[in-house]
Amino acid sequence: MSEQGTDRVKRGMAEMQKGGVIMDVVNAEQARIAEAAGATAVMALERVPSDIRRDGGVARMADPRITEEVMRTVSIPVMAKARIGHIVEARILEAMGVDYIDESEVLTPADEEFHLLKNQYTVPFVCGCRNLGEAARRIGEGASMLRTKGEPGTGNIVEAVRHLRQVNAEVRKVITMSEDELMTEARNLGASYEFLKEVKRLGRLPVVNFAAGGVATPADAALMMELGADGVFVGSGIFKSDNPERFARAIVEATTHYQDYKLIAELSKDLGIAMKGIEISTIAAGERMQERGW
Amino acid sequence: MQGAVREHLQSIEACGAEGVLVKWPKDLETLDALILPGGESTAMRRLIDRYGMMQPLRDFAESGKPMFGTCAGLILLAKTVVGYEEPHLGVMDVAVERNSFGRQVDSFEAPLEIKGLDGAFDAVFIRAPHIVSAGPSAEVLCVHDGRIVMAKSGQFLGCSFHPELTEDHRITAYFLSMIPSRSGFPLPN
Repeated sequence: MSEQGTDRVKRGMAEMQKGGVIMDVVNAEQARIAEAAGATAVMALERVPSDIRRDGGVARMADPRITEEVMRTVSIPVMAKARIGHIVEARILEAMGVDYIDESEVLTPADEEFHLLKNQYTVPFVCGCRNLGEAARRIGEGASMLRTKGEPGTGNIVEAVRHLRQVNAEVRKVITMSEDELMTEARNLGASYEFLKEVKRLGRLPVVNFAAGGVATPADAALMMELGADGVFVGSGIFKSDNPERFARAIVEATTHYQDYKLIAELSKDLGIAMKGIEISTIAAGERMQERGW
Repeated sequence: MQGAVREHLQSIEACGAEGVLVKWPKDLETLDALILPGGESTAMRRLIDRYGMMQPLRDFAESGKPMFGTCAGLILLAKTVVGYEEPHLGVMDVAVERNSFGRQVDSFEAPLEIKGLDGAFDAVFIRAPHIVSAGPSAEVLCVHDGRIVMAKSGQFLGCSFHPELTEDHRITAYFLSMIPSRSGFPLPN
């Protein structure tokens, strides 16, 4: 009678995250800080994106021990990252009982051609996107939640803004198009016709869409909400700042009250130094994580 | 403050009532009834404390106006949360256990028989809590798999699952009929 892993159950889990902040953590202690600060979920990984960027080499799924420790420590949902197309990493994370898998461009892709067929899993997936076509392809494979990619580990919000604006502008365009224009738009975007019809019918994306990849301050988080994100992922921004506890709390509150500018001003006072950040044009094209996946 | 707020608002409007978002204590003043949505109860609790919402919410409960908690909202309402020394609002005469059906991979949907509703209700359970015991003032409205998943106690209504994630507005209508000026409104089929 009861059924697990349905679209409603998998997408519904992301609905419960709305208006919230999902924080990258690399150990149980950080997970505890994130939960106490009001994070709605944590993403367990071995190194935050800025360290992956600095260290180079191949970035893989975290040691299961780290993820298990985090799962034991907090009562909020625990997400974990698998490499793009790495079927076995994803199955391992599912078997461990993580609550959500991020098929993530932050890790080194295992497959440069094919993403995971995510509708084959009971565990739900979140995937990155830069535009509506990419969003459509990931949802088509079974992603239950999206996040715009931004440029992870940079502390620079510019790419996150670009991608969120792009997706939302394309959604608005589809909504206002007449039915007989949708097939051509589907071809142009690389999206399925059925998907665009659903976007038009709903007047929005069919799944929750968070912003990611560059959020470093409370004002950055509020900006993403202002631009229409359902919530934010913060990777390196919290635990690479001077005062993670305060940064975490301030980012959560700025996300909830994103249009209360006096409050955000208060939250932003004396926070200490945010992560240093990287100007995007100084990153070689081959090192841009957002180019991974299609 | 956080969670599946939009879906509840849509359901309220589908039932012909007006829904407003509550983020601050002053937002409670004009309301006839309050829904505490699904989301993450620990995150909601921190924001409730941070923005001085706890006493105004308890006052609202004290005033006798109906309150409905779904999933995390039920946890906020309950008098006892198993494994925790203190409840959150602690106003509804039930004890709840968090994440009692397991992790997300164990989340499910199932048709439920609910007292007062004709025909099955397709319910979505997500990392759901359940009601371990209902006090003498509480009426059990639904049991699934031997666990209480919906109950009413005075002006408080609570369920483990997420009626807001389905297009079936009967539970929202049931809740709205607990507002004295709306009692007797027929439930949609």
